[in-house]
Amino acid sequence: MSSEHTETHAHGEEHSSMTKGKIIRVFLILLGITVVEFIIALYLVPKGVIDIKWANPLYIILTLFKAFYIVAYFMHLKFEKVGLVYSIIVPILFIIGLILVLTNESHYWIDLREAVPGL
Amino acid sequence: MSTPVTQIDEVKTTPWAGGHSPFSVEYGKMMMWFFLLSDAFTFSSLLISYGALRFSATSWPAADLVFQSVPGLVDSGQPLVFVGIMTFILILSSVTMVLAVEAGHRNAKKEVAWWMVATIIGGFTFLGCQALEWTHLHHEGFWWGSIPEAEELKHLFKGGEEASFHVSAQQFANLFFTITGFHGFHVFSGVIINIVILINTLVGTYQKRGSYLMIEKVGLYWHFVDLVWVFVFTFFYLV
Repeated sequence: MSSEHTETHAHGEEHSSMTKGKIIRVFLILLGITVVEFIIALYLVPKGVIDIKWANPLYIILTLFKAFYIVAYFMHLKFEKVGLVYSIIVPILFIIGLILVLTNESHYWIDLREAVPGL
Repeated sequence: MSTPVTQIDEVKTTPWAGGHSPFSVEYGKMMMWFFLLSDAFTFSSLLISYGALRFSATSWPAADLVFQSVPGLVDSGQPLVFVGIMTFILILSSVTMVLAVEAGHRNAKKEVAWWMVATIIGGFTFLGCQALEWTHLHHEGFWWGSIPEAEELKHLFKGGEEASFHVSAQQFANLFFTITGFHGFHVFSGVIINIVILINTLVGTYQKRGSYLMIEKVGLYWHFVDLVWVFVFTFFYLV
C-alpha cells in the first residue's frame, strides 16, 4: 500500500522544486495568518468579540497551519518520499504524549498550591 | 517467445524493494532532517515546561502589558507591534532562503549569492531586534533571577492574587530569557552558517561540485529556526 502511495505521489505531484510564484503564495498565506492572529489579539479580544477562552485554541490552530506551510512547502517535506515524511512526522507524535502528561501534572500542582498556601 | 514469469519472480521496483535508498535523498540532507527532529524535541520540551508552569500558576504576566514598547520609538502603549515586526523579518528571511534554494536548482550562482546576502541581513536584523527587546526588559528589571519592584509588577498583571505575582513573574522571566535565548542562539549560528555558505558560493565551491544541495541543507535549518519562532511567538506573545 505504501509503495503504491509513493508512486502516485511521485507522478501526481509536481516533483520538481518550488516555483517563484508558489513561494510568494506560501509567503502571503503565512503573512495573512499572522495578520489574522494580530487582529484577534489587538481588536477582537479587547473589544469582547471573541472570548479569551476561544482565542487561545484559535491561536494554536492558526500556528499549526503556519507550521504546516513552513514544513510542507519551505522545507519541501510534502514533495519527499513517504518513507522520509513518516520517519519525521511519526516521532513528532511523542510530543503530544509529553503535552498530555505535563498538562495533567500541572493540574495537580494547582491543587497542591491551593492546599499549601504560599507554595 | 518469452518465458512466462511467475508473479513471485518479477523484479520489484517499489521504493522498499532494495538496491537504492527508499528515501531517495542525499545522506547529509537526511541527517539534517534527523538533527532537526531532535532539535524539535528540545524546543518542545522547553515550551511544554513553560506551558505546565503557566497552567499551574494562579496568575501570569499579561503579554500585552509586558511587551508594549517599540524600542527607540515609543516606550508604551503599542502592544505586540515590535514582535510583529520581528516575526515579519524572520518570515521574510525564510522566503529569501527558499528563493536562494530555487536559484540553486537553476545553478544561478549570482542569484544564489544575492538571496543569501538578503537572508543574512534578515537574520542580523532579527538578532538586533531581539537584543533591543532584551535590553528593554532588562531595564524594566527582568532578568534571569530578577524581576521589577512589587509596585511596578502590579501593572503587568490582569487580575490574580497579588501574593502570587512575584513567583509567577520570576518563572515568566526565567522561561522567557531561556527560551528566546536558546532560539536566538539558533538564529545566530544559522547566520554564521549562512555566511560560510555565502563564501563557498562566491568562491565557486558549489559551481565546481555541480550542485547547490548545500544551500538546501542549510535552508532546512534556517526554516526550522523560523518554525520555532512561530511557536515561541504564539505561546509567549499571543496566548
